[in-house]
Amino acid sequence: MRSIEVVARTVDEAITEALDKLQAEREDVEITILDEGTKGFLGLGSRQAKVKVEQKAPIYEVKLEAAIAFLTELLGRMDVPATVTGTSDEESVELQVSGDDLGILIGRRGQTLDSLQYITTLAVNRQGGQWVRVNLDIGDYRAKREESLRSLAQRAATKVESSGRRLALDPMNAAERRIVHQELQEFAGVQTQSEGQDPYRRVVILPK
Amino acid sequence: MKDLVEFIGKSLADNPEQVRVEANDKGYETVYTLYVAPDDMGRLIGKGGRIAKAIRTVVKASAIKSGVQVHVEIDEAN
Repeated sequence: MRSIEVVARTVDEAITEALDKLQAEREDVEITILDEGTKGFLGLGSRQAKVKVEQKAPIYEVKLEAAIAFLTELLGRMDVPATVTGTSDEESVELQVSGDDLGILIGRRGQTLDSLQYITTLAVNRQGGQWVRVNLDIGDYRAKREESLRSLAQRAATKVESSGRRLALDPMNAAERRIVHQELQEFAGVQTQSEGQDPYRRVVILPK
Repeated sequence: MKDLVEFIGKSLADNPEQVRVEANDKGYETVYTLYVAPDDMGRLIGKGGRIAKAIRTVVKASAIKSGVQVHVEIDEAN
């Protein structure tokens, strides 16, 4: 966290100068007045003002720290020691879990992983402030799953195109269905839609 | 396990000081009842029970290792 001290004729001038140097807005900093300064009399006994201006961490950095702390403690209490790392920006907090016993944390069809992600999202957004999305991956599960969904979509679409008959895929959650829809958007010979009710909602591939 | 249920409950509730967990051994399974302030019921259950379901999934995953059957209930503290 950056912090500077500025001396100027008045408090206001010192603050303006400090914000200028930090290239920050007033609501993004913490201001401490170290010396109010005094004008003195006819220039006698005058003292300049001194302020300390500290840049606050952006909200997404605060939320990243909260998310890592929360998930680390949660996994500890689940008796699955693991390391949580992450990054964040204005859009989302991205968390990675690595360790030995990760199968338990992923669960059937990633159900436990989805639940951990959901609970972490709720926990870090409970205090309010700007709402952030939390994406959680455990030992590359999501990355691999996305890859296999894409190739599954391609194979199924090729089949629909050559047979001219519709094909329903296995039920998937919203995030996974989105990956399939996206993947086949560019596929000329087919179109896709979702049918049914969660948790049985599935992507159907239709010939065009 | 009680620790885990309590930690999740306190992390999601607006009134963590009112969160309390009771464990009941029923032989074949242990039932953990998570008591929360009436105002917090919605925060712990969620739309269509979505939050309660996520809590159960996580607690059950943790129980796999210890080889016990667990069940989580959520109820109003009085």
